[in-house]
Amino acid sequence: MVLTGVTVFASFIELHNWNIVVALTIATIKGTLVVLFFMHLFYSSKLTKVTVITAIFFLFLLLALSMTDYLTRSWLTNPMH
Amino acid sequence: MDQQRETSTFGMWLFLLTEIMFFGGLFCAYLVYRATYYQAFVEGSQAMNIWLGATNTAVLICSSLTMALGVRCAQTDNRKLMVVLLIATMLFGLAFLGIKAIEYHEHWTNHQFPGPNFSFPQAEAAGVNPQNVQIYFSLYWAMTGLHALHMVIGVGLVLWITIAAARGMYSADYYAPVENVGLYWHFVDLVWIYLFPLLYLISKKHGG
Amino acid sequence: MATAVQTAERQTYLNNGYSLKSWLLTKDHKRIAILYLISITGMFFVGGFFAMLIRLELLTPAGDLVSSDTYNKLFSMHGIAMVFFFLIPSVPAVLGNFVIPLMVGAKDLAFPRINLLSWYLYMFGALFALVSMISGGVDTGWTFYTPFSTTYSNTHVVGTALGVFIAGFSSIFTGLNFIVTIHRMRAPGLTWTRLPLFCWSNYAASIIMVLGTPVIAITILLVALERLLHIGVFNPALGGDPLLFQHLFWFYSHPAVYIMILPGMGVISEVVTCFSRKRVFGYEFVALASIAIAVLGFLVWAHHMFVAGISVYAALVFSLLSYLVAIPSAVKVFNWTATLFKGSIRYDTPMLYAFGFIGLFTIGGLTGVFLASLGVDVHVTDTYFVVAHFHYVMVGGMVLAYLAGLHFWWPKMTGKLYPEGWAKLSALLVFVGFNLTFFPQFILGYMGMPRRYHAYPPEFQVLNVLSTAGASVLAVGYVLPMIYFMWSLRYGEDAGPNPWNAVGLEWMTPSPPPTHNFDETPVVTWEAYDYEHPPQEVLVGH
Repeated sequence: MVLTGVTVFASFIELHNWNIVVALTIATIKGTLVVLFFMHLFYSSKLTKVTVITAIFFLFLLLALSMTDYLTRSWLTNPMH
Repeated sequence: MDQQRETSTFGMWLFLLTEIMFFGGLFCAYLVYRATYYQAFVEGSQAMNIWLGATNTAVLICSSLTMALGVRCAQTDNRKLMVVLLIATMLFGLAFLGIKAIEYHEHWTNHQFPGPNFSFPQAEAAGVNPQNVQIYFSLYWAMTGLHALHMVIGVGLVLWITIAAARGMYSADYYAPVENVGLYWHFVDLVWIYLFPLLYLISKKHGG
Repeated sequence: MATAVQTAERQTYLNNGYSLKSWLLTKDHKRIAILYLISITGMFFVGGFFAMLIRLELLTPAGDLVSSDTYNKLFSMHGIAMVFFFLIPSVPAVLGNFVIPLMVGAKDLAFPRINLLSWYLYMFGALFALVSMISGGVDTGWTFYTPFSTTYSNTHVVGTALGVFIAGFSSIFTGLNFIVTIHRMRAPGLTWTRLPLFCWSNYAASIIMVLGTPVIAITILLVALERLLHIGVFNPALGGDPLLFQHLFWFYSHPAVYIMILPGMGVISEVVTCFSRKRVFGYEFVALASIAIAVLGFLVWAHHMFVAGISVYAALVFSLLSYLVAIPSAVKVFNWTATLFKGSIRYDTPMLYAFGFIGLFTIGGLTGVFLASLGVDVHVTDTYFVVAHFHYVMVGGMVLAYLAGLHFWWPKMTGKLYPEGWAKLSALLVFVGFNLTFFPQFILGYMGMPRRYHAYPPEFQVLNVLSTAGASVLAVGYVLPMIYFMWSLRYGEDAGPNPWNAVGLEWMTPSPPPTHNFDETPVVTWEAYDYEHPPQEVLVGH
């Protein structure tokens, strides 16, 4: 566990470019490990797993649907910002 | 007892679900503004000390480890080791808060707190509107502040179960509070795992 | 409270300790429900008081009763008291708390102490809000739009916002409690498909409570932070986007309306089956429709922002999704109506309210579909058309459902019957008063009268006068139940365990129930609403 944490964390220091995708991917991997094993989700009941997936899904909805507004504003002919 | 433990754990997971949505609102705001004011965010994040942030990340992951091992000790009736691990968890948590305090102090004295005293001279040099940088800092203070508040509560909770554990209140049959506090603690760690890259690691084009 | 029985007084939840402490420190879900009943009734009359002042002002075209600033405060506080402190807790916290453990055959909710905490949080939040209201009020509208609320308003925004924030946690904990209870504490034999629809509806509403309320909590916190510490993410001077506030606010507040209506729909399901003595038509569809409303309800929030400045492409997406959310509600209305067909209908008071609900909710819901259309919305948004729409669903729908539920379960909660004649009269007054108040507002809105204005062009006066007259009738209809319910506590006829001959676990225990609900854990062997073969076993405690 500790090794995982330290190794992954070490790779951060080299992250000197603007690639947020890589950063978030690593964060998600670390996060998934924490959730699955530290929080025993791997061993938990189906109900608990569904609960967690629901939470992630709804967070995703909040982010995605809000972005439908922000990403498409510049599509209009008069610039908003 | 098993059914009761599962029930209370389910309740804790549901509560954590609400916490995900609670922080989620802040992440939504972050997403929107980072997309809109990317350069300002880059500039703002230069003021973050990556080494302190990385150390804090390591500290929290270690604290999660000691916490998880502590829960395992509760399950196997290993009282002495459990108390030791819980105390270690608390110490890690306090270390995190200490490092954070150092960072906050530095930001504060550099006038990087939003409001009438805000000043960010590096902005003009980079061709970025300093007002937009204020938004970055608003989110920084709000997100890390809320996280730190949860850490303080977490340390309090761990203290409570440490005392109870020292008094022998937990056993292999009854360790639900330990498990649930553990869940909470891991969650707070999880939030930081996302906060760190988002706030500290935006870009280092200008070389540190 | 306890009836004089021949032998020793039967132990009920009401006579199990008379001290104030036994009530204020109770863990009994039934007592907590009564505590909520008293508190939200109080907040209802606070909101009603502001409504009365609004309608009085609108009797005349000129803004002559109050200044425009005061008027802004009036409609803001009306909205805040009614939405956050009455409608959202009403059915779940009062009826849900009381009835759900009985319906699933449990002794109490999953987390009784958290239930009590919920009530205290509610009271704490209400206190904050009331203090803010008394010390000058807030004028941002219940919607707290930025940058007015964060930068320019001079009123007690932080105090009120904090009150709402705290009450939000009350809601979250109630929802959490319900979800865990319904999942894990059902009696043996009570499968999901035998569960009363009231439980399904509250379950769906609880999902919304748990997922949505935290978002408004953080949003309100950000407003407070911006006012107090200048941590300004909504301030346009810094490049902040006021629309972001609206996105975050409505992400909760639209599903919130489903938090309000779903439990009400649950009540209607119970009442319609009982008073037609028939199974609900299409039980599975009604149950799944509840879940569908909860999920779809999260996808439509920006329809409150069509003219606020969002991108038209986003508006298209949200308009389409908003049409979709009407479908499960319609399914429910069709199914209730089909339940009535060939049923043996009794016109007791709860059923009268249910009829009112079905009609008025349909009208309110349909006008919602009109509003989902972008073109229509541009014309009628921010007019009285919208005001009428949401009052039709919230008052004509939700409040009628709440009253139906109160009348339906009153005998169970108190062991007394209310006077049927007065109850029917009140129902009639509510129905007539309501329509007289709000139907003219559809017309006013369509003709262009804007909302949140204390003065209006003289040609709108007649309709406004009608509306105020209706409000007076409605007010009488609300006050009468207060009186006769209190009367029934002392002089009402004793209800037995099952005065309506309904099918359901809550009717198989005495009225009022003992503290531990059931003497032995019931075992459920019958389908939901099995009026064909009602279970003969009545587990009455001794």
